[in-house]
Amino acid sequence: MIALLVRDMRLAIRAGGGFGLGLAFFLIVSTLVPFGVGPEAAILSRIAPGILWVGALLACLLSLDRIFQLDFEDGSLDLLATAPIPMEGTVAIKALAHWLVTGLPLTLAAPAFGALMNLQSPGHYWIFVTLLIGTPALSMIGAFGAALTVGLKRGGLLLSLLVLPLYIPTLIFGAEAATRGTAGLSALTPLLMMAGITAGSIALLPFAAAAALRINLR
Amino acid sequence: MEMKVENLSVARGGVPVLEGVNFTLSAGHVLILRGPNGSGKTTLLRTLAGLQPPIAGQVSADPEHITYGAHADGLKATLTVEENLRFWASVHGIGRIDAAVEGFNLTGLTHRPAGNLSAGQKRRLGLARLLVTGRPIWLLDEPTVSLDAASVGLFADAVRAHVAGGGAALIATHIDLGLKADTFDIGPFRANGERATSSQQRDRYADFDEAFS
Repeated sequence: MIALLVRDMRLAIRAGGGFGLGLAFFLIVSTLVPFGVGPEAAILSRIAPGILWVGALLACLLSLDRIFQLDFEDGSLDLLATAPIPMEGTVAIKALAHWLVTGLPLTLAAPAFGALMNLQSPGHYWIFVTLLIGTPALSMIGAFGAALTVGLKRGGLLLSLLVLPLYIPTLIFGAEAATRGTAGLSALTPLLMMAGITAGSIALLPFAAAAALRINLR
Repeated sequence: MEMKVENLSVARGGVPVLEGVNFTLSAGHVLILRGPNGSGKTTLLRTLAGLQPPIAGQVSADPEHITYGAHADGLKATLTVEENLRFWASVHGIGRIDAAVEGFNLTGLTHRPAGNLSAGQKRRLGLARLLVTGRPIWLLDEPTVSLDAASVGLFADAVRAHVAGGGAALIATHIDLGLKADTFDIGPFRANGERATSSQQRDRYADFDEAFS
């Protein structure tokens, strides 16, 4: 399983792997919003946590269809399905690899990009914490969506439409926790709700995604 | 280590392709699967490999004993030959890839990205993967596509060595590999198109034949 993780990370980082695409998109969103909203510092710092969360979520969405599609096209997925690694393990590892090359860089970059939107002092901490807890759920839910649409040509549109509603609870609780934390209020409740969504996704979705993959491989 | 197939019926896209297939593949034997294009060889192999469920009958073989060699080689263009092989070796818990590299004459190519290989070299790399799975039953779907005569010889040698070591192979191919092998013709097991009663179902057969011819 470690071999699979190493391979997926290597493929992502090498030419054409799409590493950095999400990060660049996130940077573009964080840079453009102040131009669109206007230079009023008070408004920007109020909307910053929400915008950063939406930006991170959309950046995550960009690379989802790569999770299984490339392996499906070149036949690796058939071979992985017959390999000793259980399909659930393959899904979990691929979601983890996606998080390591997409969610984690976004989480690390978010506090810095927050400066572009006048994110106030405790906000840097809160945006980091909420994204750290929330982005694994985005990768796992995304892997499930990718497993459902793996056989489809140009399945990216359907994938986005399938995954978007599933992302909404994570976004609501994540952005709420970040906003509350930034404003100095107690953010424990939304934070725990989001942590619950992440834990539930990681526990259940590998099984659902593996079942979807098995059907799509037939 | 023996694969016994009893009364197996397989379907593609919900349409029965083969019905009542029976054969036994035992250790040390090679079985050549013959049948015209679109007759269901790939579907049969995929079913035996456990990638799709049969609609009837059973396969008595441990899935952990089977490795499947498909049309697609499952190679990553940006990884080198060695990285590609090492990945499949470690997935299957095998430490060494030397024998596979030498067996398919890839020695000079180990540091080349797989994307830069020619079609025949890619195929050789795809076949070398079989050796690093360490699994006794090989199910191969037209393994010699795009191989030159010398490479077909290498492949035949690899199969010979594999069965001599107690392995077995079921190979769908249209050419003569020069192996001591039994031939299994799937023609008699083809699901009869007449079974489909409605014209709509007959159309589906026509589409199917077209798609796979």
